[in-house]
Amino acid sequence: MADAAKPRALIHLPASVRRGEAFEVRALLGHAMENGLRPDGFGNVVPRSLVTRFECQLDGVLVCAVDLYPAIAANPYLAFWARADGPGSLRFEWLGDNGFGHVETRALVLLA
Amino acid sequence: MLLPGRAAHAVSAASTLDEMQRHWAGGLPVTEGRVTLDIAPLVENGNAVPITVRMASPMSATDRVQEIIVFNQRNPQRDVVRFTFGPASARAEGSARIRLATSQQLVALARLADGSLWSHHVDVVVTLAACVES
Repeated sequence: MADAAKPRALIHLPASVRRGEAFEVRALLGHAMENGLRPDGFGNVVPRSLVTRFECQLDGVLVCAVDLYPAIAANPYLAFWARADGPGSLRFEWLGDNGFGHVETRALVLLA
Repeated sequence: MLLPGRAAHAVSAASTLDEMQRHWAGGLPVTEGRVTLDIAPLVENGNAVPITVRMASPMSATDRVQEIIVFNQRNPQRDVVRFTFGPASARAEGSARIRLATSQQLVALARLADGSLWSHHVDVVVTLAACVES
């Protein structure tokens, strides 16, 4: 995926969640995760360009933060578990090399 | 294919798994057990290997897992991933897809709020390595 274009993020949440009950959050970001070690077809090393940090917050409260290293595969996929005590919104943020940043937000639908 | 410019990068960070674990633990004892690193023992494609780390924990304010970190033995760099669990986290569990350069040992290390440290070592065989294609 091209670095210059707006990256694509796929976020998977349950359609609705129950108050206080655990639910899984899955987030995938389109990003090449160039580790700076890989040669291109001409023998030149492709410059490093990584996503290095991911954070998911529920109304400002941390759910899960992830530090990503060169050993993370391209198009980083992360899954983890959250719990909500009321309606709210989830904020997903990715940060990386060369000023890379991407933010997504999703509203949580609570069952009555 | 070996190309000039690769070797200089590949030999950096020559620390062993034990050194990484000691540095992370800061001199405290690490006990094998309780935390689980889930990964296929035989990996056909090292470019995207699913892993899950987990530990049974109520994740309450006092009894909780603060972080789980994964190190590798024989990639160019030892760090793989670090999950930090916040107050809105429901389970001490995280999944990712990783690169593995060759057959090697991995370790997951968990730090609990009570200060105890736990580990799980896993050996994996990799048939198609990551990072070698050009």
